Amino acid sequence: MKRTLIASSILMMLATSAHAADDLQNIRSEIQQMKASYEARIQALEARLAQTEAATKQANTKAEQADSKAEHASQTAAVAALPAPSNENAFNPAISLILSGTASHSSLSPSTYKIGGFIPSGGEVAPNPRGFSLGESELAISANIDPDFRGNFMLAMAPDNTVAVENAYLQTLGLGHGLTASAGRFYSGIGYLNNVHAHAWDFTDSPLVYKAFLGNQFGDDGVQLTWLAPTESLLVELGAEIGSGRSFPATTRDKNGSVAGALYAHVGGDYDESNSWRAGLSYLGAGPQNRSYDDTDVNGVATTNSFSGKSQTWIGDFVWKWAPNGNTTVRNFKLQGEYMHRNETGDLTCTGGACSGVPGAYQSAQSGWYLQGVYQFMPHWRVGLRHDRLNSGSVDLGTGLTAADLPILAAYNPKRNTVMFDYSPSEFSRFRVQYARDESRPTEADNQFALQYIMSLGAHGAHTF
Amino acid sequence: MKTKLLFALLSITVTLPAHAALNVLACEPEWGALAQELGGDKVKVANATTALQDPHRIEARPSLIARARNAELLVCTGAELEIGWLPILLRESGNPLIQPGQPGNFEATRYVPLMEKPQRLDRSEGDIHAAGNPHIQTDPRNIALVADALSKTLASVDAANAGYYQARYADFKTHWTAAIARWEAQAAPLKGTVIVAQHQAYPYLENWLGMKQVATLEPKPGVEPSVASLTAVLAKLKITPAKMVIRSAYNDGRASEWLSQRANIPAVELPFTVGGTPGANNLYGLYDDTISRLLKAGK
Repeated sequence: MKRTLIASSILMMLATSAHAADDLQNIRSEIQQMKASYEARIQALEARLAQTEAATKQANTKAEQADSKAEHASQTAAVAALPAPSNENAFNPAISLILSGTASHSSLSPSTYKIGGFIPSGGEVAPNPRGFSLGESELAISANIDPDFRGNFMLAMAPDNTVAVENAYLQTLGLGHGLTASAGRFYSGIGYLNNVHAHAWDFTDSPLVYKAFLGNQFGDDGVQLTWLAPTESLLVELGAEIGSGRSFPATTRDKNGSVAGALYAHVGGDYDESNSWRAGLSYLGAGPQNRSYDDTDVNGVATTNSFSGKSQTWIGDFVWKWAPNGNTTVRNFKLQGEYMHRNETGDLTCTGGACSGVPGAYQSAQSGWYLQGVYQFMPHWRVGLRHDRLNSGSVDLGTGLTAADLPILAAYNPKRNTVMFDYSPSEFSRFRVQYARDESRPTEADNQFALQYIMSLGAHGAHTF
Repeated sequence: MKTKLLFALLSITVTLPAHAALNVLACEPEWGALAQELGGDKVKVANATTALQDPHRIEARPSLIARARNAELLVCTGAELEIGWLPILLRESGNPLIQPGQPGNFEATRYVPLMEKPQRLDRSEGDIHAAGNPHIQTDPRNIALVADALSKTLASVDAANAGYYQARYADFKTHWTAAIARWEAQAAPLKGTVIVAQHQAYPYLENWLGMKQVATLEPKPGVEPSVASLTAVLAKLKITPAKMVIRSAYNDGRASEWLSQRANIPAVELPFTVGGTPGANNLYGLYDDTISRLLKAGK
């Protein structure tokens, strides 16, 4: 029985499997068909997906482009609608402040400073005080007044708490034909360094010729007219000034009209892209009256001497600047030199010593020059050398006074050598170390060391060549 | 004697010969090139600076004062880029035509939306410009905007040739629009490229081409790169690698070469303005060369 069961079941199984083989064939073909159709559908779907993706991408790009265009356009519209930006902060003048200070060490006292062979100029020509000292703090305010005029004002606050008006003048803006007129108190355009403010000097002090012939800088109260020739790229500038004779070598006088006058001519241009130059010739004429100075005679008696007469100063100056391709950022070099010659003729009187009441004449022809080079060898760092020389020339005292009455005028040729090294972290700050061997005094050479800082706050000033 | 001198001077000025072409003084070469494109032979263009000079640090040289005296149109970037020298030129020129506020004083940045207006105006931020980043000429779409305004200015200061300037502008516009499309197609692979710049001089270029700047070599604008600032940039690149470091033709190359060697990315010198590279010999060449140099480095 068991056997039949097994056999029948085997048979059944066999029968089933025979039947199943047919079905399997069918299923297989169905699956094949389904697979094919799904593949086709998937392919179709994939294709559609790719198409959609591409379309989206395009749409996005278009949208982006449209956005950026719209943004550009709307920004442009906004800009066009904006009023012209004001250069100087919404009608406030440009204000800048210079802070400076020094620490000095000198072998001779600056209080005894006198340049041998020359009438003292009365300006603040002495070297920096020994030890720590504050330099001049300069406050500058400037702005266009209206379409025709510009106003400039500069106050110098000295460390002894005295305040001096260095500059206070108006200047025409584009008078036409290359003409510019100024009126007020200004530094004269003579020479190269004369109208450069102390904070822009390349050394802590001015050249000896400026100390001896111009009392550091010649500034006057008056009017100035300059004219530029209509040349293409060669600068030809002529200037004329008349004024009250406020500073050495002039003196103010109780007189209508002008007391001092200056004429100057500047010529300048580019040799090539890397080299530029400027040369000038200036004349300063003055009629000082009772220009007095304190002195001691040969016996050590204090005297007060005073000169009245005619003073004529000639200045020749030149400056040459080099920078590779005219790019001053990394390296640049500046060579400048000036020669001054002065003739003075008139009366010299003396009170206090043995010379009191002696009528004296004074006639002199004196000269001097300096030459300096400043080299920026890498960004921020510069080194400079300067050589100064003065020639006391001929001094004729006539028949009254004698050389013994005026020991300061004894013939002497002062000289000075200076070396400086400075570091400017930015164009608004500078630290400087300087050494000078100063033989201004006939008696002894003075070794002067100075450390200096110059800081510029506020409006970005533009500097002249 | 003084009055005689004055009369002599005045008589010289009166007898000046009449000139033929309009005297244009361009502060930067890109504006000189644009003025030449738009003005053709009716203008005589002089550039105050070259592409090899840092436009932030120009000296008010005597030759520039002489040129400012005769200029009938001054074309400058504005936005305080020329603040260190242009005011001197204007003051000493004695020339009423180019004073601020006159039609002859053209400032390109007045016609372009400026990027990067500083949030904080303080010198401790470096040499920043209150009005925004002035280096607009690295995006040719800005040149198109300035060209539109400049052609109108040319027509107003030299009304006799207004028609000529309009025709030249229309011509320029057609060519320029086509050129922009060409440059955008060429520069498509540059999109998303991460770069380092020496000075913050290229935001407009990056905006145009979709490049991403991760750092500048200058620690603050206008402050020369130091070893410390370069090291900081190098550390930053370890986290966000850049494909190249770019600088302008007038930049000292040492800082970007330093970074190039250590980060092992190419240092690319870009013309920045017309004349910066031999290829950038005109306005079209400026962008041709800029894009080809970027593409070459981006490969």
